[in-house]
Amino acid sequence: MSMSDDALNAFRAEVRTWLEENCPQEMRDGASGEDAIVWGGRNWKFKSDAQKLWLERMASKGWTVPTWPVEYGGAGLDRAHHKILLDEMRKMGARVPLQSFGIWMLGPALLAFGSHEQKLQYLPPIARGEVRWCQGYSEPGAGSDLASVQTKAESDGDHYIVNGQKIWTSYADKADCIFALVRTDRDAPKHLGITFLLIDMETPGVTTKPIRLISGKSPFCETFFDDVRVPKANVVGTENRGWDVAKHLLTHEREMISGGGQGLLGGRPLGAVLSEQDGGLTDPVLRAEAMACEIDALAVALTLERYKDQAESGGGVGDASAMLKYAGTELNKRRHELMMSAGGADALIWDGKHDGLAADWLRTKANSIEGGTSEVMLSIISRRVLGLPA
Amino acid sequence: MSTLLLTEDETMLQDAARGFLDGAAPVSHFRKLRDAGQTHDAKLWAEMAQMGWTGVLVPEDAGGSDMGHAAAAVLAGELGKTLVTSPFISTAVIAATALRQVATDRARDALAAIADGSVIYGLAVDEGAKHDPDATQLEAKADGNGFRLSGTKGFVVDGSNADRLLVLAKTDAGLTLFDLPADREGITRTGQNMVDARDAAQVTFDNVQATGDDVLGSVDDAMTVLKPALEAGQAALSAEMLGLSAGAFAMTVGYLKERKQFGVEIGRFQALQHRAAHLWSETEITLSAVRHAGRKLDEDPDNATLAVSLAKARATQTAKLAVIEGVQMHGGIGMTDDFDMGFFMKRARVATEWLGDYGYHAAKVAAARGF
Repeated sequence: MSMSDDALNAFRAEVRTWLEENCPQEMRDGASGEDAIVWGGRNWKFKSDAQKLWLERMASKGWTVPTWPVEYGGAGLDRAHHKILLDEMRKMGARVPLQSFGIWMLGPALLAFGSHEQKLQYLPPIARGEVRWCQGYSEPGAGSDLASVQTKAESDGDHYIVNGQKIWTSYADKADCIFALVRTDRDAPKHLGITFLLIDMETPGVTTKPIRLISGKSPFCETFFDDVRVPKANVVGTENRGWDVAKHLLTHEREMISGGGQGLLGGRPLGAVLSEQDGGLTDPVLRAEAMACEIDALAVALTLERYKDQAESGGGVGDASAMLKYAGTELNKRRHELMMSAGGADALIWDGKHDGLAADWLRTKANSIEGGTSEVMLSIISRRVLGLPA
Repeated sequence: MSTLLLTEDETMLQDAARGFLDGAAPVSHFRKLRDAGQTHDAKLWAEMAQMGWTGVLVPEDAGGSDMGHAAAAVLAGELGKTLVTSPFISTAVIAATALRQVATDRARDALAAIADGSVIYGLAVDEGAKHDPDATQLEAKADGNGFRLSGTKGFVVDGSNADRLLVLAKTDAGLTLFDLPADREGITRTGQNMVDARDAAQVTFDNVQATGDDVLGSVDDAMTVLKPALEAGQAALSAEMLGLSAGAFAMTVGYLKERKQFGVEIGRFQALQHRAAHLWSETEITLSAVRHAGRKLDEDPDNATLAVSLAKARATQTAKLAVIEGVQMHGGIGMTDDFDMGFFMKRARVATEWLGDYGYHAAKVAAARGF
C-alpha cells in the first residue's frame, strides 16, 4: 500500500468518525427531495433544528463546499478526498446540508474570474448558507441565444443604471441577490458588449413575479429592473467581457443538470420501479422500451463516470459536457414517459399513489430546454467538438 | 475498479496498433482481399503474432503477453476501424480465454500455439439463425471411452481457415465443449459466401470420433469454460464494432467538411450537423460501456455478464446508426461498391448477429437488472 493510500484511508476514518458524531439522526434518511433541500439565505426558515445544526456543523468544516479553498469557506479538498467525503455521506444516508446556485454556479465563476476582494466578500456567505443567489440570464425573446440579452446597464459615475427584464429566473422571489448578464455596450459585436453583474435584490427598482408552469408549481419567475443603481465594483471579470464568465458558468450548469439525472441513473433499476407500478412489467411493448432505456441509462452513467475519471486525471471535459446534458436530459424524459405508462391511470392523479410522479414527468420536459436546449447542445458538439463549419 | 481511462500501456498499444495497421491493413487492403476472393492474410496474421497481439490473453508462462481483456478491446477496436480481416477474436480472444480456464498440459500447448500464431481456432456453437448456445442439438453420444459427434453447426466464424474447432455438443446430462482438429475424419466444412466477405463456414459432423482428451473442461459442464470465452468474445466484438463505428464516422465527418452543395459545405447545414452530433454522442456513450466491459472482465470476471451484454447491446445499436447515417449522409456515392462505406455497413450487420444480437443481450441486461 502506498503512502497516499494510507493518507486517504486515514482521512476516510476521520470523516466517518466526524460524521457519526455530528450528523443528527434526523438528517440520515438519505432524503433528497424538494422538502429536504436547504437553500439558505437571509429569509430562510429551517424546517427543523436538526437541519440548522447540520448546516452549521458542516459549514464549520468547510464541507458545504468541500473543494473551495479554506479562506473562502471551503475545505480545500482535492477530488480524491472529496470523493471519500461524498462516499461516506452516502453510506450513512446523510442529507446534503446546503444547496444553492451560489454553490453550483456563481461560486465556480467567482473562483475563476472574481477578484480576491470579491471572493472574500461573496464566497464565505454562500458556504454558510447566509446569502441566496439566483441567475439572471434568459430574457423574453432571447431563449438559448443568450448573447442577445437586451437588459441594459448605462454608466453613471461609479454606478450603472440597469433597466430591462429577465425570465426563468429560478427562485428569484426567494433569492437575496442575482448574478445577471447585462448589456453595457450596444455598439459592440453581440458577445463583446455584455457584462457579468452582481445585484442585490433589495435594491430599489427590482421586482419579481412567479411563473406558473404545466407541472402545477414552479420555481421560475420574471424579474424586472427599473432604474436600478448598481455599483461598478459588482462587475465580475472585466466590463464588456461578461461572456467569458457566462460561458464558464454554463459549463457548470450543464454538468449540474446532467448530473441531476445521475441520481436517477445511479438509483434504482428502471425495471424494478416499473414492475411495482404495473405489477410485473408484463406488457411486451413497455418491457422492450424499458430494456432499451435501461441500457442507455447504464451507458450514460458510465460515461459520466468516465468523464469524472478524466477530470480527476487532470484532463478537462470541455465542450463534451454538452453531450452529457443532451443525452442525460433526453433520457430522463424517456424514463419518465415510461414510468407514466407503467403507472397508467394511477399516475394521472396529482397526489395519488405515485406521489409527485406526474409533476416530475412534466418537470423533465424543461430539462432539455433550460441551460441550453438539446438543439443548442447538438450545435455546440457539431461546431466545437466535430469542427463542422458554422 | 480501475478508471475508465486507458492506462499508459494501453495508450501505447493503441498508438502502435494504429501506426502498424494504417500501413499494413488500411481499408484498401480489405478491398484487395475481397476482390481476390480471400478471407485470410497469413502474412498479416504472422505479423500480429510477432507483435504479441495473438498472445494478448495468453499467460506469460505459455509465451503470451497476457495484457488482458481491456488491452484485447484496444486491439479489436483498432482492427475494427479499418475493417481488418483476421481470426483475432475467434482465436486470440475466444479460444485463448476458453483454454486458459483449463489447467492441462494440452491446453497450455494450445495456448502457446495461439501466442506464436501457428494455430487458428473457430468456434462452432450456433445451429440456427440466431445465437443460442442453450439450443444446441449436435449430439455427442458416449461410445466406449469416447464420443461420436453428429450434427451441423452454422455461422462458424473463421471456420474454413481454422486448424481447430471448439465444438459445443449435447451429452447425456448437459452440454460439453470439445477441442478438435478441423480435419478430423467425418468433419466437412463448407465456406459460406458472407455479406461481409469474411470467413464463416457451415460445419457438419458425421459420426466424428472424439476421446476424453478432446473434451475441454468437464463432460456435461461446458459453460464453466465456454461462458467466460463467449463473454470475452462479445466484449472484444463490441470493441471492434465501436472501432468500426468510429471508422465510418470519421469518413462521414470528413465528407461533411469537404462536399459542397448549393455553393457551401454540406456540414454547414444544421439538419446534418445535428445528426452528426447525435451520432458522435452515441459513440461516446458506447465507448464507456466498452471500456467498462474490458475492465470488468479483467478485474471481476465472474460478474461481468451485465457489463458485457451492455457493451454488445450498445455497440450493436451504435454501429447500426453509424453505417446507416454514413451511407445517408454520403448520398448516392455511399451506395456504390467503389466507395468503402458499404463495407462498414456489411461488417456491422454480421458483427451484430455474431455472438448474440441486440435482443439477446438486452434480455441479459434486463435479467441482471431484475426486470
